[in-house]
Amino acid sequence: MNFYELIQTVVDDTLGTSLPAFAPELVLCATIVALLLARMMSRARGGWAFGLTLIGSLVALGLAAPWPWGGPVGAAVVVDPQTPTPIFTGMLVFDQFSVYVRSLLLLFSVLFVVLTRISGMPQDEDATEFFVLVLGATLGMCLMAAANHMLIVFLGVEMASVPSYGLAGMLKSRRVSSEAALKFAVFGGATAGVMLYGISLLAGALGSLHLPTMSAQLAEMVYEGMAAERGLVLVLGGLMLAVGLAFKLSAVPFHFWAPDVFEGATAEVGAFLSVASKAAALALLARLSLAFAGVETARVFLTALLVLISAVTCIFGNLAAYGQTNIKRLLAYSTIAHAGYMMMAVAAATALAGTRKVDASWAVAAMTFYIVIYLFMNLGAFAAAAFLRNATGSEEIEDYAGLVRRSPGVVVCFSIILFSLVGLPPLAGFSGKFAVFASLYRADLLGLLVVGVVNTVLSLFYYVRIVRVMVLAPEPVDRPAPSVPLASPAGLYCLMIAVALGVLFVWWAPLDWAQTATAALIPSPALGQH
Amino acid sequence: MPHVVLSLIVFLPAAGALAIAFTSKDREDFIKLFSLLITIAVFLLTAWLAIPSTGRGEPSTFVVGQSAMQQVFRIPWIPAFDIYYAMGIDGISFPLVLLTSFLSMLAMAASWNIAKHVKGYCILFLLLETGMLGVFMALDFFLFYVFWEVMLLPMYFLIGVWGGPRREYAAIKFFLFTLVGSVLMLVAMLALYFSSDLSKLTPSQQTAARLQPEELRAIAAARSSSTPRPVHTFNMLALAEMGQMKQSPFDTPLLWGKSVQWWAFVLLLIGFIIKVPSVPVHTWLPDAHVEAPTPISMLLAGVLLKMGGYGIIRFCYPMCPDAAYDLAWLVCALGVVSMVYGALAAMAQKDFKRLVAYSSVSHMGYVLLGMGVWTATAGNAFVSDYWKMGMNGAMFQMIAHGLSSAGMFFMVGVLYDRVHHRDLDNFGGMFARMPLYSGLAVGIFFAALGLPGLCGFIGEVLVVLSVWNYDIALAVVSASVVILTAGYILWTIQRVYLGPEYKGPHPEALTPITRREVAVAAPLLAFAILFGVYPQAVFRYMSPSVDRTVSQLARWTKEVKAPRLAGTDALPAPVAIAGPIEPSASALPVAPSASK
Repeated sequence: MNFYELIQTVVDDTLGTSLPAFAPELVLCATIVALLLARMMSRARGGWAFGLTLIGSLVALGLAAPWPWGGPVGAAVVVDPQTPTPIFTGMLVFDQFSVYVRSLLLLFSVLFVVLTRISGMPQDEDATEFFVLVLGATLGMCLMAAANHMLIVFLGVEMASVPSYGLAGMLKSRRVSSEAALKFAVFGGATAGVMLYGISLLAGALGSLHLPTMSAQLAEMVYEGMAAERGLVLVLGGLMLAVGLAFKLSAVPFHFWAPDVFEGATAEVGAFLSVASKAAALALLARLSLAFAGVETARVFLTALLVLISAVTCIFGNLAAYGQTNIKRLLAYSTIAHAGYMMMAVAAATALAGTRKVDASWAVAAMTFYIVIYLFMNLGAFAAAAFLRNATGSEEIEDYAGLVRRSPGVVVCFSIILFSLVGLPPLAGFSGKFAVFASLYRADLLGLLVVGVVNTVLSLFYYVRIVRVMVLAPEPVDRPAPSVPLASPAGLYCLMIAVALGVLFVWWAPLDWAQTATAALIPSPALGQH
Repeated sequence: MPHVVLSLIVFLPAAGALAIAFTSKDREDFIKLFSLLITIAVFLLTAWLAIPSTGRGEPSTFVVGQSAMQQVFRIPWIPAFDIYYAMGIDGISFPLVLLTSFLSMLAMAASWNIAKHVKGYCILFLLLETGMLGVFMALDFFLFYVFWEVMLLPMYFLIGVWGGPRREYAAIKFFLFTLVGSVLMLVAMLALYFSSDLSKLTPSQQTAARLQPEELRAIAAARSSSTPRPVHTFNMLALAEMGQMKQSPFDTPLLWGKSVQWWAFVLLLIGFIIKVPSVPVHTWLPDAHVEAPTPISMLLAGVLLKMGGYGIIRFCYPMCPDAAYDLAWLVCALGVVSMVYGALAAMAQKDFKRLVAYSSVSHMGYVLLGMGVWTATAGNAFVSDYWKMGMNGAMFQMIAHGLSSAGMFFMVGVLYDRVHHRDLDNFGGMFARMPLYSGLAVGIFFAALGLPGLCGFIGEVLVVLSVWNYDIALAVVSASVVILTAGYILWTIQRVYLGPEYKGPHPEALTPITRREVAVAAPLLAFAILFGVYPQAVFRYMSPSVDRTVSQLARWTKEVKAPRLAGTDALPAPVAIAGPIEPSASALPVAPSASK
């Protein structure tokens, strides 16, 4: 093959396969540029920024989602769910899982943009910056979901993180907000450094940054027998990589930023960080652990690591949430706990990966399904917190006292969301937990299953405490009566989420889709496993 | 057709709740009336089902005498976990369904003096009714679990908002206890599901379990495949069939040398005895009862406690017979301890409602005891008559206690509404002030006491008789509890209804019982008398199914358990016993471990 032919292949591949598959991300880029250009026009105000972002997200979602009638891209590129298509010479991988997660991220971004419009935060003068940062972060998250190369892993994590620092500090006049942003940035910077070091160790030991190549290389090395120091380097590299991911997941012990950042940033930003960022990180975590799970030694190591971290994260998140009096801080710990539940499914998937492919794909599907539900639950919880902040001017739980008297509709919806977070049927939170717990049983991780169910009971207290204050506590006499009627945009938004949580309890199709989508992620037993 | 009728019964209250949600909260009388009409409609539907079917063509109502499940339907719901929307009724569940709809109607009628947030109350009440009815009708373990949990939230708010002074504490305590039980049940449910394998069922068992075409196809595919994957199920009928197989898939070891079914039995039993409630997990009950408003206490005692007993007879025994056999002593012991402890505690109470609450603990102990007596192996003969008697007695006791305890709580409520205290030492002389009320109340209290001729007697006597064959000491203890019961109930009657005059606070408020209150109390007493005089009215519906369950378990004891026990006893020479029996039966409970 001569040089010309080589170039021709690359061009064909890029134009014919990679770029169409990358269309949603390109739309996001175009929207960002359009937003910045519109900002230069003197007349462009918040409404413009909102409109542009909404249209951009909708178009991207339309291009990304696997519509049943064969979307503009979906049908052309995903020929076979079993064979992932590497795009951009293997930097990214285009498979059903990335399509699924990307669609979720873009769906979230649409719902999120609507939320910010209803709650009126950011204010008009900040709107452009805000939306540019949101779209930029979403772009990074889409890359994380499709990463097939360690460079993209790092790039994606950073592209998702750096705009988040800005978002956390969006309330420029508030000290807490700036402090949160600074803390977030310092923490994020440090963990990114550690992660990069880990990646470089892995690259040095395995001689590549391309995930499938690394995995094959590892399998070969294990098969041929490996020197102990080489193994140590690999373990160290893996752990350092895990640090970066744990930061994104706010997994214990790299969760310290979460409560402060969530408290300092607005509730809307909290929703963004807790849902989108976590969903992308989980997808990446699943992708990375499963990429190496074909090798038995790596699988045992990864399973142990994931079991440990998920159990500790879950327990810590739930216990720490007890003492919280600020709704955003409480929700921050709650998201930590939920990250724990979702990581449990990854642990189960990793444990099953080498031996039982179908069961393993059900485990990843359980995680993905949980993400779908968690998207609505957490978005709803933070949205309710934002609306109540607008109405009461406070984010302290005690200031919700007796809210049910004046805003019964919204309080009922908020309670539904909170009970769904506990995981009580007939609400979707239960479906997610059920799927995860089932996969734990399948993987024979009984200890982790016990941790999971015990934590469900633990979590009851602090979620119910919010409901108790809203419903059972008497209304303070000296308070101006805030009221959020159900028939307002805010009320309808909460209602929409509550209804979605009911629908997702009855309708489990996203789980089946996730199972088909994740089947390709599970490695076949690799070399050295006979 | 059954899917329409049964779904209508279960979801009519929920639909009513939805309709009320769209009503203005100021129309309180309309909302109450509407809710009452809904509960009456549900009761009429269940009563219509109770009209014995003629037996020609497809039966549209209950077929008296048929022991198997009736009106069964199974509609696929969640294919990923083989979950069906499946319901049905049989002699075990149908009387409880009737009891639920009947008590819900009366409790709604008793709710008339709820003044606070009527709209919310009625919505939650109706949702609670949906949950209760669903629990008894569900034939899919997952669906059962969902209904079981659906009751939690309405109950939490009904106690927490409309309850007494310590309502928040009582409500969260109730919530917590029940949730602990539920998550244990969830683990057991997963264990049974992942151990189950439909392809192990024989064709006749498949028919009995009402498998659907797609399940049969899955079984065929699994059997013909070279690498068979088990076909899991949540079908309660199929799980029961599997539990009683010679080589049950639930015999697989799970943890610490114990089998799946041992763990499932223990976890389920804990979940259910929390609901029953049995000592030592009964402590939520006195608090919840004391704080709950009267109508909710009626439902709590009348219906919710029955779910524990129902769960044991529907899940623990048929699905995990091996563990149930080994742990029968535990169930009996829990029953007897609850009986004695509940009676003694009731005697010590100063609060009228607390006394009634502890009497529930005591009376529900009979239910556990009656179910626990595994007398299928009396001597060398496999005669299960006494066990049948005990099981029937336990089931009857559930119905009887449902009537009498709901009645007692209502009677306490009537007094409390007037004088706003429940201090037993501050009553007296009610017969003089409220003669009609006192007459009804004493009748209901006597029914709870177990006076012959009233409903409480039948259940108690059957249980105590059946225990004799199992263990004489237990029988003596349980029989003597009758004396304790008589003690606290007679003493209560003496302190409250007899005596010269009422000296407590608010004597002026002691107005005669109203017609609405009579309308609630009189039917309860009427049925208490009817079932006491003519228990056949209940047994006609109930016995065939109860007897069938017991016979199946007795057969299992004979065919599976006895050889197993013989095998363990004579371990060195298992061949010697294996003679007439199938060789495989004498094998120790090592299980087909390939089922995972």
